[in-house]
Amino acid sequence: MEMPSSNSSIINDKDRLIGLFNRILSADSVISDPYETKAYECDGLTAYKCPPLAVLLPRTTEEVAEILKICHEEKIPVIPRGAGTSLAGGALPTSDSVILGTSRLNNILDLDIENRMVRVQTGVSNLSVTEAVENEGFFYAPDPSSQLVCTIAGNIAMNSGGAHCLKYGVTTNNLMGMKIVLMDGSVMELGGEYLDSGGLDLLGVVCGSEGQLGIVTEAVLRIIPKPEGARPILLGFDSNVIAGNCVSDIIGEGILPVAIEFMDRLCIQACEDFVGAGYPDVEALLIVEVEGSAKEIDEQLDRIKAIASRHNPVAMKESKSDKESKLIWLGRKSAFGAMGKINDYMCLDGTIPVSRLPDVLEGISTLSKKYGLAVANVFHAGDGNLHPLILFNANQEGELAKCESLGADILNLCVDLGGCLSGEHGVGVEKRDLMTNQFSRQDLELQMRVKDVFDPDWLLNPAKVFPLEISMERRLN
Amino acid sequence: MRPASESELANLITGRTSPVIPCGGGTRPIGLSSAGERLYLDNLNRVTQYEPGALTLVAEAGTPLKTIFEILNEKGQMFPFEPIDYRGLLGRDGEPTVGGMVATNSSGPRRVKVGACRDYVIGLRFVDGEGNIIKSGGRVMKNVTGYDLTKLLTGSFGTLGIITEVALKVLPAPTHAAVLLIEGLSEKLALQVLNRSLNSPFEVSGAAHLCSGVDGQPVTMIRLEGFQSSVMYRVEELSKFFEDSVSITVETDPKRTREGWEYIRDVGPFQNREGDVWKIITKPSEALLLVEGLRESINIEVFYDWAGSLIWALVKEGTNLRDYLQGLNGHATLIRASDGNKSHLEVFHQQSIMELELKKRLKNKFDPGNILNQGMVL
Repeated sequence: MEMPSSNSSIINDKDRLIGLFNRILSADSVISDPYETKAYECDGLTAYKCPPLAVLLPRTTEEVAEILKICHEEKIPVIPRGAGTSLAGGALPTSDSVILGTSRLNNILDLDIENRMVRVQTGVSNLSVTEAVENEGFFYAPDPSSQLVCTIAGNIAMNSGGAHCLKYGVTTNNLMGMKIVLMDGSVMELGGEYLDSGGLDLLGVVCGSEGQLGIVTEAVLRIIPKPEGARPILLGFDSNVIAGNCVSDIIGEGILPVAIEFMDRLCIQACEDFVGAGYPDVEALLIVEVEGSAKEIDEQLDRIKAIASRHNPVAMKESKSDKESKLIWLGRKSAFGAMGKINDYMCLDGTIPVSRLPDVLEGISTLSKKYGLAVANVFHAGDGNLHPLILFNANQEGELAKCESLGADILNLCVDLGGCLSGEHGVGVEKRDLMTNQFSRQDLELQMRVKDVFDPDWLLNPAKVFPLEISMERRLN
Repeated sequence: MRPASESELANLITGRTSPVIPCGGGTRPIGLSSAGERLYLDNLNRVTQYEPGALTLVAEAGTPLKTIFEILNEKGQMFPFEPIDYRGLLGRDGEPTVGGMVATNSSGPRRVKVGACRDYVIGLRFVDGEGNIIKSGGRVMKNVTGYDLTKLLTGSFGTLGIITEVALKVLPAPTHAAVLLIEGLSEKLALQVLNRSLNSPFEVSGAAHLCSGVDGQPVTMIRLEGFQSSVMYRVEELSKFFEDSVSITVETDPKRTREGWEYIRDVGPFQNREGDVWKIITKPSEALLLVEGLRESINIEVFYDWAGSLIWALVKEGTNLRDYLQGLNGHATLIRASDGNKSHLEVFHQQSIMELELKKRLKNKFDPGNILNQGMVL
């Protein structure tokens, strides 16, 4: 993975530029000491690192606008950052860039329960939105595994999903409006406190644009009444392929669980050792969760058990209490952390049509053998969003390159099966150079023209999403 | 013009400088294009892929919705957002197409629970104003690979590109439905009840209020859908919201429940009636105040869907409703009017100058020669 060479005239001018930021921000909002900026040298994709010139932590939309005006004027690249949990290198800086962090934009501005919406500053964590409304019987649906810390700003940038989006959709489906600051410092509202904006859907194109079109400082989010209850069932199978077939059948028969999660043996064992979630000892495990009243839950689980029974399950275990359910989900949401205990890993995010699950699992297993690197599978099976975790040793020379190469092969396999490179983590730097495998040059040209409109100088998160060679002219102009 | 294929269409557009008006079934003449030669897509009419187990359907833009609904019905699936059939309201024949549905981002009563058409379009192909064939999104349910041009094209009324193929997420159709019909509620009470229902955990999938129902009485409609026992359980729970003195009828006949919501969806109350029809979108809690304000100034008839988020309004021809909607938290679209009134009143809501400027620049990137649906939307 390459990053563009840094602009030395910016780096040499550091003192003056920091002075400009100090003039508009309080002292604790400007971090420029190399010891402190080091904390921002990478995000959740720790394989790539580079400390930024400075880190700016504004508290208001107005401060964001002032920062962007200066960066626009001085042509300083800006790297937006939420909590830095990106697994795709979405917040990876360059040494001539400033990081604009949203962590201090952390107020919940309006709880409008009656109209089923909230307005927040985007530095709030995903989970805190749910926490703010759960006493009223509501929740915010997108639930990435990092929800305890990841911010709404980052969720919007990457159009984050989570385990429960099979039923409730991803961020873009739960986002009604936003306040956005463009690179020239202008501020605008897109969408609002109502359904369906008229005219061109700018809200829709900003969501998932990886911080390349503007800095979103406020968001209007849809909240949903909590179901009366929810309960998962664990279904264990002898092989990944059988589990894949079972998923297709559940969906094909008209049942729409809130979540269908998949884990293979490697992952099950790691999670079991990590949190003791009570998972059975099987080759492939499905966690299927349904919602409703106690009776509705029983009925749906009966249907699911009947379908699963046709696939010779080796384990079927319903959660019997809220405590058990919590533990089951804790295990699943700790999967990445648990794998990290075993080895270094790279987490992929390819998505395929659900019907191709058996094919892709077989393909991954073949590739894993070919490269001699173990791959653990844990993913959102209901919507075909895979998270293969490639285990490698970062300290061994050549293993990272080998891992990257296996990762590329797996993602290209997803594209070949009718899928895409990223379901919910975004392209970032990680998948940037594979974009030409999924899109034609013309497809990418039109996407880049959208960026031209919002950010003509290509200062916002410039070296992400698009392969460097095709964005080069725009970035250097 | 009537291209036989996407590539033929691309050839027609490449190098072209005179304007075109893309047409699906011609059943949604909502916006007004200033000039151009009509470009019919009815030869692009195949369902290219349908995988019930993956909940996805891909079809060429000119495919009639009728064909698609038949295929989906066979497998017990549906487009959950209930696209509006405008033929009755706008006095059109012909067959609505899937491309027209997407180009207008058309959603009906269930939108309030499941999301809009734009939430189900997962990918599309289109020809831009320079004749390039562009692909965006794909046919998977989750996708953040590159910018979401699919959202931008959906609801763009043919101004950014000519959609040639769309991929949609579908859902299992509910096996049962029940509708709570409550007669005689005041608008205030009705909107309160509808919002209270939507704020309950009982998964209400339709929330409408007619100030004057079929027998002239106000009627409030709440829909529940799913497996039979679950529907009946939720009917019981929701009925507890009402005092014993309120008379509630529960309609479960499949044909009658379907027709009842089609009446709401297709703006039944204002079909074959004189006057202009406006669609107003706002915050539910502000709906009543807004309507009362309008009533003080003009002659207006309304009914509510989406628990008041959507207000359908019938007014005297040529009335500029927006004159009375200053400070509206939302937007108003002129759905039915004479061409003269459309051009004079403007179909689409005015946006901020900054937003308009941004949209114009986007349009210019997709269609530099401004040949696609000139004068529409922007």
